[in-house]
Order: sequence, then C-alpha cells, then structure tokens
Amino acid sequence: MKRAVVTGIGVVAPNGLTTEDFWAATLKGRSGIREVEFGDTRYSARFGGRITDFDDKRHIPSRLLPQTDRMTRLALYAAESAFRDAELDPEAVAGYGSGVTLSNAAGGFALSHRELKKLWGEGPKSVSAYLSFAWFYACNSGQISIRHGLRGPSAALVAEQAGGLDAIGYSRRSVRRGTRMVLTGGVESALDPWGWISHISSGRVARPAAADRAFLPFGTDAAGYVPGEGGAVMVLEDRDEADARRAPRRYGEIAGYAATFDPAPGTGRPPGLRRAAENALADAGLAPADIDVVFADGAGSPDLDRAEAEAISAVFGPRAVPVSVPKALVGRLYAGGAPLDVATALLSIRDDVIPPVPAAVEPDPEYGIDLVVGEPRHVPVRRALVLARGRGGFNSAVVVTAAA
Amino acid sequence: MSASAPELTVDSLRAILIEVAGQDESFDADTDIATLTFDELGYDSLALMELSATIEQRFGVAIDEEELSKLSTPEALVLFVNGMLAEVS
Repeated sequence: MKRAVVTGIGVVAPNGLTTEDFWAATLKGRSGIREVEFGDTRYSARFGGRITDFDDKRHIPSRLLPQTDRMTRLALYAAESAFRDAELDPEAVAGYGSGVTLSNAAGGFALSHRELKKLWGEGPKSVSAYLSFAWFYACNSGQISIRHGLRGPSAALVAEQAGGLDAIGYSRRSVRRGTRMVLTGGVESALDPWGWISHISSGRVARPAAADRAFLPFGTDAAGYVPGEGGAVMVLEDRDEADARRAPRRYGEIAGYAATFDPAPGTGRPPGLRRAAENALADAGLAPADIDVVFADGAGSPDLDRAEAEAISAVFGPRAVPVSVPKALVGRLYAGGAPLDVATALLSIRDDVIPPVPAAVEPDPEYGIDLVVGEPRHVPVRRALVLARGRGGFNSAVVVTAAA
Repeated sequence: MSASAPELTVDSLRAILIEVAGQDESFDADTDIATLTFDELGYDSLALMELSATIEQRFGVAIDEEELSKLSTPEALVLFVNGMLAEVS
C-alpha cells in the first residue's frame, strides 16, 4: 500500500505566523489569546485567539483581496508556506496528480457580515458578486486549487472541530488511490461580531477575567473554551514520489485514521471518542503502548474533559501516556484546530519534545491522565495520537509516526 | 452645463477595477489599458459584474449582462457608459 508522508507544513496561528515561530511560542508557553474588541459593543465573552500580525496586502495578491474572506486569506497564506517548506512547485505536478482537501466549519463570516449589511442598508445591487462563493465552506479548497493549479481529487469536509482530521484522513485515501500529492488540513476565522455571537451561542465559551485564565483544559478551574482563528495546511505526498523528487523533509507519516459518531442522547450508549482512538490505532497497526503522546481535543468544559479523560484512560490505562493540549495557547480553531495539532505532533516527533499546557492549568487529579504542564517534556517521540471532537457528535483520531 | 453627472474616463475605470477586483501582473501603472481586453487584463466575468454594479451605483448607468459581455475593452465600456450618460442628460 502507498504511504502518505507530510513533506511541508504551513502554520498560521495566533501565536506564530510561521511554523518555527509557532513552535517556539508553543514550547515557551507564549499565548495568542487576547482581548477581542469590537468598538463600543460589549459581549459576554471577550477573549479570543486572534492573529494580530497578518498583513493582508503583503501576504495576499491584490486580485484575490476583494474576493476573499479572512479565513481564505489565512488559508492561502498557509498553503503557500506549506509548498515553500516542501520545496514543491505544485504547477510542476502534471495533470490530475495534485489535489486539495481542507476542512472548514464556519465559512466566511466577516465578508458575509459586511455584504449582508449592505443588502439591508443599501439594497441588493450593492452586494458584492464575490459573496456568491466567498462564504462557502469549500472556498478555501477552491481558491487554493485555482491559485496553485491543483486539479486532482479535491474536497471540503465539514464536521465542526473534528473535520480537520477527517480532511487529513480523506487526503491519505486520495494518496493511496494514486494521487501524487494532496494539500490538506484546515484554516478558520470567524472573529467578526457576527461570528463572535455565533461562537458564544454554543454556551461553552469561557468568560474569564483575564486572558491567561481563559482556557484551562483538564484543569480544576476549566470553565469553557476560547474561540480562535488560524490553522495548519500540510503537503501530503506519496512517499515514493517524495523520494523520487528528493523532497528535503519528511515530517512523518499519516499512519492511522478513524472517525466515529456519538449515539443519540438518551440511548445510554457511550460516546464514540474511545472507538475513534482504538480504530485509528488499529488502522495504523499499533498498540496503545506504542504511542508516545496524545494531543487531546481539550474541550475545556468539565463534562467534556471528563469524557475525554475517560476515553484516554480506557484505551491506554490510567496515567499511562503523556497528554497535551497545545491549543490552550491559541484557543479552539474549529476546522483549523486539529490540523494544527497534527502539525504540532509532527514537530514533537522531529524534536523529541512534548509541548506543555500553560502552568495556569491545575490538572484535575480525578481525571487520571498524565497532563504535561508548565514545562516541555523532552522524551523520545516516535508516534502520536491526535484526537478531535466536533459539536454534534463527531469524533476523529489520527495517528502520526516518524517517517520510516 | 449644470450639475451633470461626471463622465467616466479610462483612468477612473482603471481605479474602479483595481478597487473592486484587485490587479494582477497583467498590467501595471504604465500600461495603456484602453484597448486591451478585460481578459488580457486578468479580469473574469465576476470581476466585470463587480465593475458594472459599481458603475451603476456611481454613475446611474445600468449595463445588462448581455451588453456587458460585448464590451470587451475599457475603451468600449467607457464609450458605452458616456453614451448612456449623454442620452439622459
């Protein structure tokens, strides 16, 4: 069977606009969670993982500016970074040999908000024709496909915060079926006022007094999550093709993937996260003891944290594997969150170090998990499990391993 | 002549195009764009829809889609719009 390896990473995160800046910030515990301001309007939640140093005019071609929402600009930037990192010119991949499959969960809120305001305020003729596609879930995949000439199998997957792993699993399948290279991952942004109240409507957004107390997954004081923007895009290549073109980097292999769906509420059956983890391990041909670190979903609400800790303990045994939630520094990035975790897992493998959750997290001992807190843990990392849950019952898991 | 609507020029059309649809490497500040086609200038049908909607808002001249598809250069579009403006004034 063909093997899918990651040969390039493009990160766009609230605590780093390049892979190395993000990675350094993640290891040092530098947070991208800050106050989100919208003029005079006050909202019940005010902290978000916001990217403050993205320069639209510098990072995005002029022709694409009027037709793109912020989510797509961030995605285009990450895609370009990933190709540069892979030292791959996608235009040089012939015919249908290259594709793009990204996840998206919110669509283009800020642009839609602006244009719908024109609709009600100035009339239908003032609405931009670009609204016709710029708000789509599929817009990031589409714009990247057009810009880089990726004509092969492409898709947009939507499964709230689990979708980013589904996109990676789907892309691996494309590679196994013969596509030479697929750009995969997910990028999200919906931090305009309309997006913000939509986030708040989940009922799980934290309302803390200070940014460093905002998102404390698995902590005794966990009281919700912080929405953020950004994500990661990766170049996934058939290993033989990567070898043939002498790709400069192989961060690792997407070795296992599985997705499950929670049973309907009230059935009394357990949630599907444990099965997703077990199935991904089985898919990778690995046992729980082979896994060196788990990057958890880290919902940051006590009920969901407990459910995830139970799933991890059920698979691995109590306190049997290090667990981390690097997204505690950037918030939950919707479709961008899990791909950023996969990128982080690959960097952990590269550098043999597990990034910590911030020291502000006081692990709840009842959960029985070995949470890496405060300081990075320098241990050999060869294989990592990444978990993600999406609102509405989605569970996904990916196993990444060092490229053999 | 009093308070008549301003005429559209190729230069103001260039500015509107860049404002509503951006600009790629097909042309630069020194290019005489008047007789190049919109296609050669890197603009697709959606960009032209944006352009015609903006012209309608600012000059009060509506260009229907069929007409728009025949106006293949900035010069042709400017002549059409100014012709319509002359008719109503």
